[in-house]
Amino acid sequence: MDLNYTPQEQAFRDEVRAFVRSRLPQEISRKVLEHKRLEKEDHVRWQKILYEQGWIAPGWPVEYGGTGWNPVQRHILEEECAEAGAPPVMAFGVYMVGPVIIAFGNAWQKQQYLPRILSSDDWWCQGYSEPGAGSDLASLKTRAERQGDHYIVNGQKTWTTLAQYADMIFCLVRTSNTGKKQEGISFLLIDMRTPGITVRPIITLEGGHEVNEVWFENVKVPVQNLVGEEGRGWTCAKFLLSHERTGIAGVARSKRELRLLKYIASQEKKNGRPLLQDSRFRDKVARVEIDLMALEITNLRVLAADREGRPPGPEASILKIKGTEIQQALTELMMDAVGSYALPHLPAAWSNHWLGERVGPEYAAPLAARYFNYRKVSIYGGSNEIQRNIISQMILGL
Amino acid sequence: MDFNYTEEQLLLKDSVEKFLTKNYSFEQRREIIEAREGYSPLAWEGFASLGLLGVPIPEEFGGFGGHGVDTMIVMEALGRALVVEPYLSTVVLAGSAITLGGSDAQRKILLPRIVEGSMKFAFGHTEPGTRFELNRVETSARQEGGMWVINGQKSVVLHGAAADLLVVSARTSGAPDSRQGITLFFVNPAEQGVAGRDYPTYDGMRAAEVSFDNVSINPESVIGVVDHGFALLEAVVDRGIAALCAEAVGCMGALHAATLEYLKTREQFGVPIGKFQALQHRMVDMLIQYEQAKSMALLAAVNVDSPDATQRRRSVSAAKEFVGRAGRFVGQQAIQLHGGMGVTDELSVGHYFKRLTALDTTFGDSDQHLDRFLEQENAAVEAPVLKPAKQWKQLV
Repeated sequence: MDLNYTPQEQAFRDEVRAFVRSRLPQEISRKVLEHKRLEKEDHVRWQKILYEQGWIAPGWPVEYGGTGWNPVQRHILEEECAEAGAPPVMAFGVYMVGPVIIAFGNAWQKQQYLPRILSSDDWWCQGYSEPGAGSDLASLKTRAERQGDHYIVNGQKTWTTLAQYADMIFCLVRTSNTGKKQEGISFLLIDMRTPGITVRPIITLEGGHEVNEVWFENVKVPVQNLVGEEGRGWTCAKFLLSHERTGIAGVARSKRELRLLKYIASQEKKNGRPLLQDSRFRDKVARVEIDLMALEITNLRVLAADREGRPPGPEASILKIKGTEIQQALTELMMDAVGSYALPHLPAAWSNHWLGERVGPEYAAPLAARYFNYRKVSIYGGSNEIQRNIISQMILGL
Repeated sequence: MDFNYTEEQLLLKDSVEKFLTKNYSFEQRREIIEAREGYSPLAWEGFASLGLLGVPIPEEFGGFGGHGVDTMIVMEALGRALVVEPYLSTVVLAGSAITLGGSDAQRKILLPRIVEGSMKFAFGHTEPGTRFELNRVETSARQEGGMWVINGQKSVVLHGAAADLLVVSARTSGAPDSRQGITLFFVNPAEQGVAGRDYPTYDGMRAAEVSFDNVSINPESVIGVVDHGFALLEAVVDRGIAALCAEAVGCMGALHAATLEYLKTREQFGVPIGKFQALQHRMVDMLIQYEQAKSMALLAAVNVDSPDATQRRRSVSAAKEFVGRAGRFVGQQAIQLHGGMGVTDELSVGHYFKRLTALDTTFGDSDQHLDRFLEQENAAVEAPVLKPAKQWKQLV
C-alpha cells in the first residue's frame, strides 16, 4: 500500500510540468485562472501545442497517434495541465468521436478525420440530446432516410456545446422505427457546412453562449459517413460511456479552484478580519477540502486499478457525482465570499481585453456567472440522477 | 502508487475474517455482551493464538511488526463483526504508548504480555467537563517521597473494568489546558485509592468512571518523559483514531451489504423494494459514502506513522471528520431502508448503527476534528496570478 507516485512517475511528472510551464501561453492560463472568457483560438492554440508535442490524445492507440502511456501517466498530464491553468482539451473530438471512429469506423473515416482531430483542424460537436430526448436519449427522433448514396437528415438537436465553432458534428439519428427503440439508431458524421443546417444560440442564465440548437432540414449526408453498421449507433454511444472517464472527477481543477477560494476568502473581510478566519465560512471551506481529499484517493484507487488492466466502468459514475458536487460547492463558496460584489453584472468584464472600469475586486466579476453556469455540471454528461441509476443497475444490481 | 495488499496482508485479512465468521456470529456476540465480563476470554485467546494481538507490536517483542495498514485490516474485520473485546485499548492504544514511549524495561515486560493475551489495558484520558481536548488534563500527579501521587477522575474509560493496567494521563505541571506538563502513567486498578464504576455502553461495550484518590505509584510507572507526554499522547491517540476509522469502514461495509440484500428480497407492491428509484438512489449514496470513507481510512492508515507530524494530524483528522459524517449517513440510511425492521433489536442493523454513532464521538467528533484539521493550515494562502489593478478608467 503506497499512496505516493513511483520515482519514475515523479520524474515523468517533472518532465510534463516543465513542458506545460514553458509552453502554455500566459495570456491563456491567465484567462483560465481568472475565470475569464476563453475564445475558440485559445483552445485551438493550446491544443496545437499539445499536438506538436505528440500529447494531444495520449489515450489513443499508438498507431493512431497515442502516446502508449498508462492511465496514471495520462492522469499526470491532465493534472499538470489543470494545475497550470491550461484550458481543458475539448472532449468532443479527442475523447468522444475519435475513439468511436477508431473502434467502429471504416478506413476512409479514419484517414479523413483522425488526423484532423489530432491537429485540431476540425472542431467537433456532439449531436445527442433533443428537445424530447434528454435522459431518455434512446427516444430521439431526428430521422435519417437512406436515398441512394446519401442519408437525408431531418430533425433537431439541442444543448449542442460550442456548435457555433464546429466544423463537424457527430449525431445519433433514427434510421428505423421498428423493433426496440435503441436498435433503430445510427451514428453519423456530418459536415456542419452542409446546406440545411441551422445553428441557433441558447443563452444560459448567466448570459453566456455555450450551447445551441442545431436544426437539420433535408441535410444530405454521404453514406460513407455512417460509423459502424446502420442501426448499431447505440453501441457506439454506450462505448463512449466506458471510455477514458477517470478524468471525470476533475480533482486537479478543483484543487486549483480551492486555492483560489482560500485566496479570495483571505482578502475579503468580515468584522474587520479575513473571511477565511470566520468560523462559519472556514468550516464550509474545510469540509469541501476534506471531501476533495476523499475524492482524490478514490480517484487514485480507480486509476491504479485501470493501470492494472481493470478499466473503470460504472465506478466512473461515482467520480462524476462527487466531482461535480464539489465543483458546484466551490463556485458557490467563491460567490458567497465576495458578498455584494458578486452582484454587478458586467459580462464585458469577463474578458481579458476589457479596459473598462471594474466594480469591486477584479476576482469578483465572474464569480456569480460561474456559479450560475456551473449548475450545468450535475446535469450534463448524464445527469447525476442518471449516474445514480447506472450505479444502481450496474454495481448494485438493483 | 499501489493499492494492493501484500501476500502477508492478504493472509492476515483472510485469517481474521475466517476466525470471526466461525467464532463471532451475531448471536455469539449477543451472549458475550450479556456475560458478566462484557467480553469473551475465549475470543481473546483466539485473537492471541492467531497473532492478532501482536499486529502493531515490534517483532523483537513477539509481535508482527505491522504498520497502519495492517492495523486497518484487523480493525475493519473487527468492525464488520462488531467485536466488543478491548482490542483498541490494549493493542492499539496501550501497545502504541509502550512501543512509542515506553522504557526498555516496560517494553520488554509488557509488550510480550499484550501479544500473548495475558494482559489487557484501558486508556484513561477524558475527564468530566471536557470533550476530547487532548491538552486539557486536570487529574494531577505530584511527587511525594519518591512516589507519584495521583488525584482526579477519568470519564467513560472504555473497558476500564476489564483492564489489568490503566494508561492514565495526568498533569505534572502547568495550567489545566497547557500542552506542557502532561505525563502518561501506568496505574494498577487494584492500587489503594483507585475506584471505578463499571457500566454498559449503548453499543455493547463496557466503560467505567475511574477516580483516583491519593493513589501512590512508583516512578517506574511513568511512560516517556515527565511533563513531555503531550506529543506521545497525541501520537498514540492518532493511531487509535486511524484504527477507529477502519472499524467504522467495516461497520459501513456490513450495513451496505445487509441493506442491499434487504432491498433485493423485501417485497412490497408485488416487487422487491429495490425496484423503487427513491430507494435505489439512497442506496447509491450509501455506497458513495462508504467508498469515500474507505479512501479516507486508507489515507489515515498510511499517514498515521508519517514522520511529518503536520501531515499525520491533517490526514488523521480529515479522516475522522469524514468518517464521522459518512458513518452517520450510512447508519441512518440503513435503518430507513430497512423500515420498521431497522429499528428492532433483533436485526444487526441497529447494532451497527449504534456502534457507528459511538465511533463518531470517540476521540473527538467531526466538529472537533474539523477544528484540528484547520489548525494544521499554516495560513499559506498564496495569491494566484492575478493582474494588478488597472490605472485608468473607461465607461462601460
